[in-house]
Amino acid sequence: MILDPEQLYKIANLAKLEIAEDTVQPLVEDLSRILSMVEQLNGVETEAVWPMAHPLNATQRLRQDRVTEPDKRTELQSIAPAVEDALYLVPKVIE
Amino acid sequence: MQWESVIGLEVHVQLSTQSKIFSGASTAYGASANSQACAIDLGLPGVLPVLNEEAVNKAIKFGLAIDAQIADRSVFARKNYFYPDLPKGYQISQFELPIVGRGQLTILLENGTKKTIGVTRAHLEEDAGKSIHDKFAQYTGIDLNRAGTPLLEIVSEPDLRSAQEAVAYLKKLHGLVRYLDISDGNMQEGSFRCDANVSVRPQGQAEFGTRAEVKNINSFRFVEKAINFEVERQIDLIEAGGVVVQETRLYDADRDETRSMRSKEEANDYRYFPDPDLLPLEISANQIASIRGTLPELPDAKRIRFQQQYGLSESDAAQITDSKEMADVFEQILSLGSKDAKLVANWLLGEVTAYLNKYSQEVQNAPIDAKLLAGLFIRIEDKTLSIKMAKEVFASIWSGEGTADEIIDAKGLKQVTDVSALEALVTQVLTDNSAQVEQYRAGTTKVLGFLVGQVMKLSKGQANPQMVNQMLKDKLDV
Repeated sequence: MILDPEQLYKIANLAKLEIAEDTVQPLVEDLSRILSMVEQLNGVETEAVWPMAHPLNATQRLRQDRVTEPDKRTELQSIAPAVEDALYLVPKVIE
Repeated sequence: MQWESVIGLEVHVQLSTQSKIFSGASTAYGASANSQACAIDLGLPGVLPVLNEEAVNKAIKFGLAIDAQIADRSVFARKNYFYPDLPKGYQISQFELPIVGRGQLTILLENGTKKTIGVTRAHLEEDAGKSIHDKFAQYTGIDLNRAGTPLLEIVSEPDLRSAQEAVAYLKKLHGLVRYLDISDGNMQEGSFRCDANVSVRPQGQAEFGTRAEVKNINSFRFVEKAINFEVERQIDLIEAGGVVVQETRLYDADRDETRSMRSKEEANDYRYFPDPDLLPLEISANQIASIRGTLPELPDAKRIRFQQQYGLSESDAAQITDSKEMADVFEQILSLGSKDAKLVANWLLGEVTAYLNKYSQEVQNAPIDAKLLAGLFIRIEDKTLSIKMAKEVFASIWSGEGTADEIIDAKGLKQVTDVSALEALVTQVLTDNSAQVEQYRAGTTKVLGFLVGQVMKLSKGQANPQMVNQMLKDKLDV
């Protein structure tokens, strides 16, 4: 499978990555090679195989519905870059 | 051209658990910002989500109530998008294998017919936090208390054909989650939120038109207005030669319009994949059976019972059983000595509902209760009060002046039903109004109303109008 630069930009945008222009071609080539390698899986007969959601052959353990976490806001906010009135601050985002 | 609207709803219901879906932080509403957001909710490195048993049970309960298949194996997936109130950069949701499969809900339309609306699926997911845009000039503030609150997203088939049908479906769903006690359903607090997929097509056309998704609809009234606006917008657009584009639109209640959220467009590629932090969820037949045993009487069953047991019409029974609280009050009133089920139903759907709407209150926290209402209805049934007097007494009960009997005593509001007392009044009115009596006997029978009015006036409103009417007729017709 060959990835084109337009697809690369789309993926980068979805992942919020900035791509320098001179890295576009090498990235397209690398990613295309990775995709080709993974593409071999398309040749495997999977008709009778259950899709695997997880590599461990186990099922989800459940938690009792109890409040077990105390308020650690002060501690948690001490590592945040910007906090005011107990809110985490981020650059203005508005629809 | 005749247009038909096609609507499907996605409803997000916050499940009323104590703790979050993947962490042990509290879900209580209204706490100080970020005091209920732990390391897991914040998506700090190295943390692992552990699924809340009660969220699973509540989802199963809902699935059983809409006759849906409960998946014996379901999978959690990551829905990837960037927004500051989603700290991990993905929302844990379900995609290919949701916990609740196809089910259905029957709604009663205004013309009295029933319509079955398909529910495509319902899946478990976590809520995001809240962005506060208007508090700081330079920044957006983030409160993550809501992050990780369990949600059940209920997706309907595009089976709805009008805003009215959409509201009927939404009310039915709202009543159901309250009956099941899986959510408090509080729309102001965001416990029950709705997005609508809306498209239009020429009447008779089989294919669907292009749909727009309308977000941010948080009351029953807005659902109707938002859908009607969007339908009109699409029809106008097509009739003017334009085309509807598939997009997300935001409903603005202040302006009563929808507008495009362009930023959502390019991001509409969520790259779902199974969450490696969570194992597949298996649900045993035993577990389903034991939850089935806890289901309460559901609205449809209750409606049928109310029709049979109390002789209510289908429409009255449906309106009363829409809300569990109203249905409970109805039955409590009848167990407290009031005997006329039809009268109780009329009052609950009439005067009581009018007051609840006027004061924006729910029956469970209104200043009236089953006991106060039963006391009032008993006095209507034993003819102490006329309907007019009863309304006056009801208003006084509502404003906290006491029980019906206390108010009747205090205001001297007793309907006169004593025949000899009424005879005297009737005779006097007939003597005083000989002109009208002659008119009546000459065939102008409509003056009877005037004469009844005179007797009522003379009795200061306390005569029983039905009795006065009959007595006047008896005397005039001889």
